[in-house]
Amino acid sequence: MGNRLNLIGLDRNDYKGGKSTLCLGCGHNSISNQIIQVAYELSLNPHRVIKLSGIGCSSKSPAYFLNRSHGFNGLHGRMPALATGATTANRSLIAIGVSGDGDTGSIGLGQFSHMIRRNVPIVYIVENNGVYGLTKGQFSATADLGQELKYAGVNELPPIDICMEALIDNASFVARSFAGDAKQVRELLKAAFSHKGTAVLDIISPCVTFNNHESSTKSYPYGKAHEEPLQDITYIPEYDEISIEEHEPGVVQAVEMHDGSRVMLKKLDPNKHDPTDRVAAIKLLEEASRDNLFITGLIYIDRDRRTLAEISRLVDEPLVSLPEERLRPPREALQAVMNKLICCD
Amino acid sequence: MSDVEASALESLLVEREPIVNDFQIMIATVNGSGSQTANTALMRSIFRMGVPVSGKNIFPSNIQGLPTWFTVRVSKDGYIARREDYHILVAMNQDTVAEDVRKLLPGGVCLYPQEWKLREDRPDIVYYPMPVEKLLEASDVPANLKPYVANMVYVGVLATLLEINLDEIAFSLDFHFGGKAKAINMNMGLVKAAAEWSLDNLAKRDPYKVARIDKTQGMLLLDGNSAGALGAVFGGVTVVAWYPITPSTSLIDALNEYLRDLRTDPVTGKATYAVIQAEDEIGAIGTVIGAGWAGARAMTATSGPGMSLMSEFAGLAYFTEVPAVIWNVQRVGPSTGLPTRTSQGDVLKAYFLGHGDTKHVVLLPSSIEEAFEFGWRAFDLAERLQTLVFVLSDLDLGMNLWMSKPFTYPDQPMDRGKVLSAEDVVRMGGFARYQDVDGDGIGYRTLPGADHPLAAYFARGTGHDERAVYSERPEDWEANMARLTRKFDTARQLVPGPVVDQVDGTQVGIIAYGTTDACVVESRDRLRERGLETSYLRLRALPLNETTRDFLAAHERVYVVENNTDGQMAKLLSMEFPELAGRLISLAHADGLPLTPRWLTAAILEQEQ
Repeated sequence: MGNRLNLIGLDRNDYKGGKSTLCLGCGHNSISNQIIQVAYELSLNPHRVIKLSGIGCSSKSPAYFLNRSHGFNGLHGRMPALATGATTANRSLIAIGVSGDGDTGSIGLGQFSHMIRRNVPIVYIVENNGVYGLTKGQFSATADLGQELKYAGVNELPPIDICMEALIDNASFVARSFAGDAKQVRELLKAAFSHKGTAVLDIISPCVTFNNHESSTKSYPYGKAHEEPLQDITYIPEYDEISIEEHEPGVVQAVEMHDGSRVMLKKLDPNKHDPTDRVAAIKLLEEASRDNLFITGLIYIDRDRRTLAEISRLVDEPLVSLPEERLRPPREALQAVMNKLICCD
Repeated sequence: MSDVEASALESLLVEREPIVNDFQIMIATVNGSGSQTANTALMRSIFRMGVPVSGKNIFPSNIQGLPTWFTVRVSKDGYIARREDYHILVAMNQDTVAEDVRKLLPGGVCLYPQEWKLREDRPDIVYYPMPVEKLLEASDVPANLKPYVANMVYVGVLATLLEINLDEIAFSLDFHFGGKAKAINMNMGLVKAAAEWSLDNLAKRDPYKVARIDKTQGMLLLDGNSAGALGAVFGGVTVVAWYPITPSTSLIDALNEYLRDLRTDPVTGKATYAVIQAEDEIGAIGTVIGAGWAGARAMTATSGPGMSLMSEFAGLAYFTEVPAVIWNVQRVGPSTGLPTRTSQGDVLKAYFLGHGDTKHVVLLPSSIEEAFEFGWRAFDLAERLQTLVFVLSDLDLGMNLWMSKPFTYPDQPMDRGKVLSAEDVVRMGGFARYQDVDGDGIGYRTLPGADHPLAAYFARGTGHDERAVYSERPEDWEANMARLTRKFDTARQLVPGPVVDQVDGTQVGIIAYGTTDACVVESRDRLRERGLETSYLRLRALPLNETTRDFLAAHERVYVVENNTDGQMAKLLSMEFPELAGRLISLAHADGLPLTPRWLTAAILEQEQ
């Protein structure tokens, strides 16, 4: 690491951001690091990337990666709308959104659903720790039923499952991961960047200050002990040659992405899960919830859904790059509209 | 009617000269009965005879069944304000007929369906029963469509009574149905049948008449929402996000139509724009701000409740300095209020929308011509000033038909404001997003995608320094707010200035804005007839500037006329010019309807006498 240049001649340092002001050991910091690593490894042009977020600890993090990218730290729960507008205005942008369980699971649940429904092209990360950090320790909507917190007492309400929400809204890419599993986060991020449409990554990202005790399913100790990855994931960029035949059939599933890259999913239990089967994905999440299983990996992918820009039949070039003569109809066009209205020939 | 009463009416009518091109028709119908077609055709036909008209549709928040009223004012002098009284009543709603007849002016006319067997109990008006059912039965209109064309009967009867040219009605129906022969013929068939029946069966006993003159040649009739939408299209709008709400919905409908016609790429057939129906007004404005940040000309249209939902994002856009245009077609609040009635009740809300120290640029169109002009100009201002621009229209302007000269093509190229390209950034060796380089309070911005390592900046609603870096330093906050104030002062000089008619020698001034203009124009004539000369300043935008201060200083008493309860503009003027506040007299009135010259004239005279 360090000085090796990627395909567009950038150093890993070129993808770094400002110094984090989050707590030492916060799961969000490790996710930021993986975003930096992945952008570097994928040779993303940082000038084409936009970083978007809402409000909360998680939403601060876009300041801590990709300094060369434009960023917009918006309103609590309303980042999806900003993303919808920005990616519609300029369809050549690569959008990454960072949200939290409060931002997405509570105040922003509506916008989250409608972003997914429209298949807005964005890598949408939920840094999920089950607790409100900036306001000092209230339960979030993803906290477990019966969980105890020093400040908030006992949580009497069932949790909202971010992945299940996404699936119900017809998400085209749904994954869950754990901030403590750097490799999986990285490979899933790469797959997400290769996906055309909304890619939802629900990453359990422990809050070391308010919710990192062993009884919490959003803690490091719990995650380390209980994570059950569905697959061993390897991302193969489109420029790396590898032949499908090399895989053990039935064990390794190759998912071809829109940009020609492939995601190799080595199933850890061959009977377990086919991520192209939506009903199976819903069943998987229901069973995991019932059995208290912390499953991670690629839960669902649909490569056929059209994005918002496609549904809107937008011209191929970014709307923001259209010159005046393509935006303002000519004088004669106004005259023609007026002629239809004018009295009285 | 007794013989005595009949002869009383007879003498009343005989004594009166014909009343030509100067009266008001009130058409009382049931919502959802298709009366809009009949009413606009009637209005357009008179307009096409060269006679100035204005129409007001007073309709309920309902899809079908509740009462609706439509007035057509016919004015040879070109007055287009609402008037309360009417000379001709077309009574098509049995639920309201008693009250509708009661309000009819003495000597007036009442048309009603014969089948009602209405008791003709006012001796001072002329009744004309119309055989609506019989004419419908005799027509070849399919049974399921009969209720929707019944209204054509009164169009035909009025054509005969008022001498409205049938060819003009045919043309107006052709216009309305966009040339669809079947619909035109079906409706026109009934109009003709009714006109012929009237010729044969009705003895004209009233003085009202339309006669061809030459006061509308080269003019057009259009609603303000369509005019604003057309303006936006010629302003180069690219991203529209919206949520349905009366009375702004038809602005988006018109946008969809004009954009499809004028902004589809001729080669690929693809769209050079996007119109996104959001999940709510928060989503709508968020999308618009995201697009504006990315460099698009973005807009939304809404009304009162939607404005409330947009409040937080409006503050964010003010502080991150993102351009976008928000049309607020005002209706009556608070709360759901009167969603299908007009008001100017969002002046203060629009001006201050957000939390903390927020203030916005607000444009105030008073005519469809200005709706068109501000439709495109709003984008130039938004991008020049890097801020939200609100266009405050209202239901009266937005949903009613207004006469206008043809719209003028934009007289200047698009002003995209201070946007740095990657090359500019190279040349300058970087940039600071919120630095006041030019002393006008407006920084330079880059757009996402600008291909240079130093082009990026981080837009944030949190405190920031000149380089857009997070900062809680008191000095940074203060400096940033001072610059925003400077920017607002720049806006004072850039927004459309007031239109002033200053009359020498009078101490009485009137300030108005938006659709109350029609009322003020007419009222000034009435006041002049009573010996009271007035000066008039029509505001076209906020923030205010010196022109308005000078006007206040030049008059001892200045009446601020507006269609709301609290006198919001009067309050704003007092805040902006406290030293002149003693000269302001608020004349605010809100009942859901456009203000009338009768009310305003009386209100001013009461103070002045």
